[in-house]
Amino acid sequence: MADAVLLGDEAVALGAIHAGLTASYAYPGTPSTEITEFLLGYAARHGRPHAAWASNEKTAFEEALGVCFVGRRALVSMKHVGLNVAADPFMNAALVAPHGGLVVAVADDPGMHSSQNEQDSRYYADFARIVCFEPADQQEAYDMTREAYEVSERFRIPVMVRLVTRLAHARSIVRLGEPRPENPLAKPPQTTSWILLPVNARRQWKALLARQGELRDYAGGSPYNRLTEGSGRFGVITTGIARNYYLENVDDLDSKPWHLHVGVYPAPTPLIRRFTEQVDRVLVLEDGYPFVERQLRTLLPTRYTVMGRETGEVSIDGELTPDTVRQALGLPVAAGVSIDAMMPPPARPPQLCQGCPHGDSYRALKEAVASVDEAVVTSDIGCYTLGALPPYSAIESCVCMGASVGMAKGAADAGFHPAFAVIGDSTFLHSGVTGLMDAVAANTDMTLVILDNGTVGMTGAQPTVLPSSRIQTLVMGLGVDPDHCHVLSAHPRHAAENADVLKREMAHHGLSVVVLVRECLEVVREHKAATRASGAQPVAQGATS
Amino acid sequence: MKFDIIVAGVGGQGVLSVSAVIASAAMEEGLQVKQSEVHGMAQRGGAVLANLRLSDRPIASDLIAHGRASLVLGMEPLEVLRYLEYLAPDGTVITSIHAVKNIAEYPPLDDVLAAIRRLPHAVLIDGDTLAREAGSLRAVNMVMVGAASRVLPIRPETLEHFIATRFRSKGDQVVQQNLQAFRAGREAAAA
Repeated sequence: MADAVLLGDEAVALGAIHAGLTASYAYPGTPSTEITEFLLGYAARHGRPHAAWASNEKTAFEEALGVCFVGRRALVSMKHVGLNVAADPFMNAALVAPHGGLVVAVADDPGMHSSQNEQDSRYYADFARIVCFEPADQQEAYDMTREAYEVSERFRIPVMVRLVTRLAHARSIVRLGEPRPENPLAKPPQTTSWILLPVNARRQWKALLARQGELRDYAGGSPYNRLTEGSGRFGVITTGIARNYYLENVDDLDSKPWHLHVGVYPAPTPLIRRFTEQVDRVLVLEDGYPFVERQLRTLLPTRYTVMGRETGEVSIDGELTPDTVRQALGLPVAAGVSIDAMMPPPARPPQLCQGCPHGDSYRALKEAVASVDEAVVTSDIGCYTLGALPPYSAIESCVCMGASVGMAKGAADAGFHPAFAVIGDSTFLHSGVTGLMDAVAANTDMTLVILDNGTVGMTGAQPTVLPSSRIQTLVMGLGVDPDHCHVLSAHPRHAAENADVLKREMAHHGLSVVVLVRECLEVVREHKAATRASGAQPVAQGATS
Repeated sequence: MKFDIIVAGVGGQGVLSVSAVIASAAMEEGLQVKQSEVHGMAQRGGAVLANLRLSDRPIASDLIAHGRASLVLGMEPLEVLRYLEYLAPDGTVITSIHAVKNIAEYPPLDDVLAAIRRLPHAVLIDGDTLAREAGSLRAVNMVMVGAASRVLPIRPETLEHFIATRFRSKGDQVVQQNLQAFRAGREAAAA
């Protein structure tokens, strides 16, 4: 087959398609979004596989599980913190012994380019006792995803493919293999493995533990884990893309170290022992937490020197770069060009687009809040989180998807008034609805502000799972008092009346919900471009206020 | 041969398009290419960076090391200053002179441009004017690709081919504007 130029994310998607993928599910999240974008584009052109955005990572995972329940291959993809949301089905899926292949593609974000933490998903794979692949380049992302389906069905476990930002969002040439057909529909040979009543769960857990030896043997024999001979008593262990930075620098060393690369877990203990027989000093390079480094410390007697993130040769936080790896290898970093004046230049943080509806919503909210001495304004994850920065400085928290609702309720329960929660429509549909149910049940004295721009903005304007027009129906259906549920247009010409409504609802002692609606400018632009391209009549894009 | 390029700009300026055109043309000429991009949060009006590595041998790292870039290509002058530590001592800076002043503490533009002019190999391009003359301000990206073509290890015809390919779906007029912009940028960088 031909070569293709693919992002790391796209290589995973195409690898899954060529492995006979039947269905794929995800919630958008940087740096994983392009996996599903690619699948949606492919499905539009070829009519398969089924690819869809889900409400959140947990529902995505459960839909994927259903595909495997009937014997077919499924992909579920997410960013690292998305796996926290999907942790419940993820952990239990390891017990049900799926016979249809299940691959969990998780894109970690070391350095937190677009995330609120830099957790390392390899711990989750270890926690669930499953196999994890960690590709180093786009070719491996493709090949390993294909292999992951074989491993999943052979050992009847979900298999993780762990990406990091720099692989997910870098493009290179990939050699493609022959596509494999989809699996036929076939329910499980017996469903008791899927019924995790304690009596079954204990048996399934024992069976998973009993397979651990086979998983270790598989990983130990995999060509993705490789020992390369060196000279001297110094050795380097790399995992995933750390290998690229090592190879970029190794030729500048006086003598070539022994090199063990880990590309698939569980970490290959016999190979590590063979490696450590040759060396006294080991440097561990990982783009993430010191995962292998910690395992190594427990494996090795104390006469060994193990260097890495825990000992400071590599910074304990942040992503690896060719230069941090160079420093860790004891090589001087090349000087760039320096100038005296104006260094460092002022930072240029991201900001809301000119004319963004969120800006109008924040101006109204600020006006309402200015009429009291102090207010609590919790918020959430999306473009609107940029409202925390000047010139708005309008919100006070961003913790995890949906947290704004629960936190405002907690602040109100603790006695603070007024308490606002500010959440985007997609974040609300992802994880805000259940929090609102709690607030309805208690008629909590708080005001929920839903910023409804009809899209998942920050990740590139993906469609929300429900359209704007259904938000009010949903909120009312939960039992919010219709007298305290308002849908307003987030337009500058309504600024004064919007601020008045917010002030009124702030004064109301009970639960209020204010939905501020106006379509994201990116979506308006895309619609216009699509309309121009198709030569069709413009379609009215009016908000649903 | 290896040629590392930092493309720097502000979210919305088309840094990724510039990188994509150069990458496609380099591959067409048989070079190995690694192209690393910034997606997500930074694209919302923040500083945006693309690492583009071209070589006649396999490339390991997606990211460019300090002091190794042959070219820092700026869509915006202040953004060039941010990445000078990546520029090789004999490397070239090519930048548009037009500022995107979406931050309060933007230094005086004359000082920024003067600092860039003092660099050993700097080419400053009046990108906006050339793009407007080519028929569309939005073609400023291709003005900058044209200016870069003076130092890229890629034939200008190959770059023109991929510019035409990239804009084909937008109609012949847009294709011609962008080709014109490319040629104007190439011309300006020769002066």
